[in-house]
Amino acid sequence: MIQVEHLTKHYGPVAAIQDVSFSVEKGEIVGFLGPNGAGKTTTMRILACFMPASAGTARVAGYDVFSQSLEVRRRTGYLPEHVPLYSEMPVAAYLDFVAEVKGVPRAGRKRRVAEVMERCLIADVGHRLVGRLSKGYRQRVGLAQALVNDPEVLVLDEPTIGLDPKQIIEIRSLIKSLAGQRTVILSTHILPEVSMICSRVIIINQGQIVAVDSPETLTARLSQSERIQVQVDGPPGAVLAELRRLPGVLAVDQKALVNGIGTFLVESARDRDVRRDLSRAVVGRGWGLLELRGIGMTLEDIFIRLVTEEQATTPAGDETPA
Amino acid sequence: MRTWPIFKKEIRLYFTSAVAYVVFTIFLLISGYFFYSIFAFFNLMSMQSAMNPALARDLNVTEGVMRPLFSNISVVMLLLMPILTMRLFAEEKKSGTIELLLTYPVRDGEVLLGKYAAAAVLYLAMLGATALYPGILASFARLEWGPLLTGYLGLVLMGSTFLAIGVLASSLTENQIVAAVATFGVLLIFWVIGWSADFAGPVWGKLLSHLSLLEHFDGFAKGVIDTKDVIYYVNFTILCLFLTLRSLESNRWRG
Repeated sequence: MIQVEHLTKHYGPVAAIQDVSFSVEKGEIVGFLGPNGAGKTTTMRILACFMPASAGTARVAGYDVFSQSLEVRRRTGYLPEHVPLYSEMPVAAYLDFVAEVKGVPRAGRKRRVAEVMERCLIADVGHRLVGRLSKGYRQRVGLAQALVNDPEVLVLDEPTIGLDPKQIIEIRSLIKSLAGQRTVILSTHILPEVSMICSRVIIINQGQIVAVDSPETLTARLSQSERIQVQVDGPPGAVLAELRRLPGVLAVDQKALVNGIGTFLVESARDRDVRRDLSRAVVGRGWGLLELRGIGMTLEDIFIRLVTEEQATTPAGDETPA
Repeated sequence: MRTWPIFKKEIRLYFTSAVAYVVFTIFLLISGYFFYSIFAFFNLMSMQSAMNPALARDLNVTEGVMRPLFSNISVVMLLLMPILTMRLFAEEKKSGTIELLLTYPVRDGEVLLGKYAAAAVLYLAMLGATALYPGILASFARLEWGPLLTGYLGLVLMGSTFLAIGVLASSLTENQIVAAVATFGVLLIFWVIGWSADFAGPVWGKLLSHLSLLEHFDGFAKGVIDTKDVIYYVNFTILCLFLTLRSLESNRWRG
């Protein structure tokens, strides 16, 4: 549905993105992940036909974003980063305007606008001026304008920013419900969001793609060791020594000691599950095993690792364009 | 055509942002004052001419009231038209809404046309409101409808040129003040450019007076429709709108 090939964009001498290539299949939800200034917004703006690329091509639904921009725009719903809306218009009138501009036929337009307002949880503010809305409502009005003509492709630049936790959950489930029929590409720097709603992650840093994979494979590929957190009711010194003696354990760390109950972090080799031996040893010594929990690598860890690896391998000054 | 929704939106924003009300009010207030003072002066002249038949021969309501009123209205327009057009693109650029507008499936020409039409319709409504003045005159005296209509035609043509210059300026900046001042500056230069025609030599003089926005209006106020004048205003308008379209389209390829 979306094919991006060797996309490059320069702002003067600075390259915002460099040789970015990826593709998104129909029905997928892909997360675009990266720190601020990594080139997420630039890529999204090119996909939405707001600005041209300096080099490379991007195709949406088979149409080139540069030479067939009108066809692309017909099929794409776009939510820009700062959600620019006409603040002097009431919400319902604004959405009606957008629907009309996007060519929603007159007959079903009123119903369509009401539907999308219902879906984006803004039905209660239909008569209010856009400029008077809170950030969370504005964000959802922005989402509604992207959805109003039922586009095949959605390009959402940080769709959940500025929402409260309850709204974040609602919007995430809304986006998730769009999968299957629509192709969604969304950018974010909130990492758990990606593992929650996206089937694939594209990690971008300093204008270049660092990794493309599903959140699970990324986690598995990059974690070199297994980590387990255990809580044991027993003499801390003896527990520490006992845990260290177990086969396969690489390191043990005492994290806390509250009322004689110690919390330990056990690191073991990746291919070795030490949980059975560990529980047997603790119970065998007559101590109380209060908690035994595997700690997977979070996307945060992966992200930091990828970004720091990248910086370590590419020499500084390599990014300046020829 | 997606021009219609853009047009509706612009009209709506003119009235919700109070720009339309302010421009309307000021325009009617000032042109009303001009009408009153010109009419009062004409009144005085006619009373004097009751004693002086030589003076009475040259008295004519259309010539004596409407013609000076038209040139006064055109000066008021010079000041107010930039205010009407300054927000059209500059505001959208400043607030960022242009990013959404340009990613909607509308052609740049349709956006431009919708916005220009909205400003033009407001302007026509303003002119329409001044029809009250000849209406008042007609109840006292016999008006010559011909010169009256050509005068209005001249104002419409000149106004469309003013608006086109304003739209162009607005598309080049994201600052409304800059757009208004630039429009006003350009209008004023083309207003007074003919003044130096008398001492600029025969060729340059002719060129300069041909470029003048003001001199082409003179014929209309007198009741003459000269194709030369019509073509001047129409060309000027089309040129400015064409340049605006280019400036809009450049967003799509300028990397």
